[in-house]
Amino acid sequence: MVQYIVKRVLLAIFSVWLVATLTFSLMFMVPGGPFLAEKSPSAATLEALNQKYGLDQPKIVQYKNYMLNLLKGDMGVSIKQRGRTVGEIISTGFKVSAKIGGLAILVAISIGIPLGCLAALNRGKWLDNVIILISTCGIAVPGFVVATVLMIIFSVKLNLLPTYGIATWKHYIMPVMALAFYPIAYITRLMRSSMLEVLGQDYMRTAKAKGLPQSVMLFKHALRNAVLPVITYLGPLLAYALTGSFVVEKIFTIPGLGNAFISSITGRDYTMIMGTTIFLASLVIFMNLVVDIAYKIIDPRIKLQ
Amino acid sequence: MENSKIKLSLQLDVDAFLPADPEEKQSLVVMRESVSFWRDGIRRFKKNKIAMTSLVVIILILIFAFILPSFYPYSYEQQIRGSENLAPMQYSEKELAIKAAGGDVFPHILGTDSLGRDTMVRLMYGSRISLLVGIVASVLVLLIGSIYGTIAGYFGGKVDLIMMRIVDIIYTVPDILIIILLMVTFKIPLQNLANTVPSFDWINRVGVGLICIFIVFSLLYWVGMARIVRSQILSLKELEYVTAAKALGSSNGKIIRKHLLTNVMGTLIVTTTLQIPSAMFTESFLSFIGIGVAAPMPSLGSMTALAIDGVYSYPYRLLAPALMISLIIFSFNLLGDGLRDAFDPRLKD
Repeated sequence: MVQYIVKRVLLAIFSVWLVATLTFSLMFMVPGGPFLAEKSPSAATLEALNQKYGLDQPKIVQYKNYMLNLLKGDMGVSIKQRGRTVGEIISTGFKVSAKIGGLAILVAISIGIPLGCLAALNRGKWLDNVIILISTCGIAVPGFVVATVLMIIFSVKLNLLPTYGIATWKHYIMPVMALAFYPIAYITRLMRSSMLEVLGQDYMRTAKAKGLPQSVMLFKHALRNAVLPVITYLGPLLAYALTGSFVVEKIFTIPGLGNAFISSITGRDYTMIMGTTIFLASLVIFMNLVVDIAYKIIDPRIKLQ
Repeated sequence: MENSKIKLSLQLDVDAFLPADPEEKQSLVVMRESVSFWRDGIRRFKKNKIAMTSLVVIILILIFAFILPSFYPYSYEQQIRGSENLAPMQYSEKELAIKAAGGDVFPHILGTDSLGRDTMVRLMYGSRISLLVGIVASVLVLLIGSIYGTIAGYFGGKVDLIMMRIVDIIYTVPDILIIILLMVTFKIPLQNLANTVPSFDWINRVGVGLICIFIVFSLLYWVGMARIVRSQILSLKELEYVTAAKALGSSNGKIIRKHLLTNVMGTLIVTTTLQIPSAMFTESFLSFIGIGVAAPMPSLGSMTALAIDGVYSYPYRLLAPALMISLIIFSFNLLGDGLRDAFDPRLKD
């Protein structure tokens, strides 16, 4: 077990390093620079600016400096947003994104699992068919479509919910629903098929033969085993919540991390590109790691390789 | 008595040694006609009503996206002056004047956008882009992933270890971040290449954004396919017929091509079909955030993004591209599920 964890952690660290290096080299291959905005500065100003941010040094020196600073936890200052460090921007953005993403994941799990169980327990009946139909449609609809349809219904037609910003709790409803829609459908399908599999197992028949009450049978025997595939989905779900946030933050004009990432790329804000990419990548990589290890601990049947 | 006497004298009946005629041979065959894997799969597929319906829908969408635009009187970049922001089936004053004068004006079935471009034809082109991305990217993924997975699985040992470690690393990297970075990186160099080197001007004809998407998707998405193929090959190569082929002196290449790949074909088709909607998902997402296919070429994602800006005044504009993309992804998902039920050997009863 320890060996497995060490191996996975090393692999994860290597992946983060790879992403950082890849981003660094890709970034400088992108034509244009952070200072070539609307009004192009004079050659002297440009030189001074480059010097200020250390962009005049050879790439390899810049790379070394950046990596050393990164190890100390320093991601530099933003080139575009004067006077703010990358760390600062990321932490303010992440607080917003994490709130929406976390709520969406919570909503997805707490709706998806019961729906999936309900479908499995009513297999072949009309309730099952309705749930299958909705969830099959659900995984075919991109997040931005859900977001815009919600917007038309609740903001344009009914005028109930605000369309941009994050001032009150009302502002959170649509972004969270838009983000949670796809995972709800996915978890429902996942839960239904794994529940059906568990219900067909021998130990379920034994439980029934023993005369266990329905509730004990369902919650203690069936649910605990059936929920395992959903746990493995948590890693991809987090990655989904991140990418989904790019779209949702754009539609609902939310000052989150996804917005910061996209605008840093279009603005060639080198330090911000590096910072956001490394942060998001490490988040996904280490969450996947945690989920994988947790999964192996929860389910002793899984053999460690 | 008479008979045994003949046998003892070893006088054999010559008639018994004549070659059998075809009719006689046929009467000895006890097996029914063999049902090949494919015919069996197709038979099962045809019985699946949902899958057949989705196949028909996909064919209709293909016609809509690839054939109809050539007969359509408007083009996707054509800006019709005076016909901006028309509602569905509405005519502008100019067009009404032409009609009043006895002329013929093709109706804007879905209206026009703020630049006076016909929405219907843009929807066709948008679907075409989505389908192209989905299909081409999936075929590229299929090629790279299956070759890589087969080599890793077949040779095993150190080769497998190293190749799969690489896959593991790519698998852990969050793809969408790298895709966005690569999209931005590749676009301008590709554009320059297309403009300066004459033999690369086909890039401009296909569209730089599109080529970019193909490259980026095939760089990152093959890992899933490689894993699936490898695990199948790992179990298949232990089977007796592979040992027999080896004993008969077949080369590695021939064993892979004739014995292994043909047997994973079902899985390959299913995985590729299910890859199509996921590639289209990503493409529409990229176009939606503005780094996908370049304007004026429409994509269902960028059409939705444009429609959001005017959502208060023209909410109906959102409906067509949003419904279209959902319909395409929905049908491909159902088709993939149907193919899996029909061709996946593990589900065979």
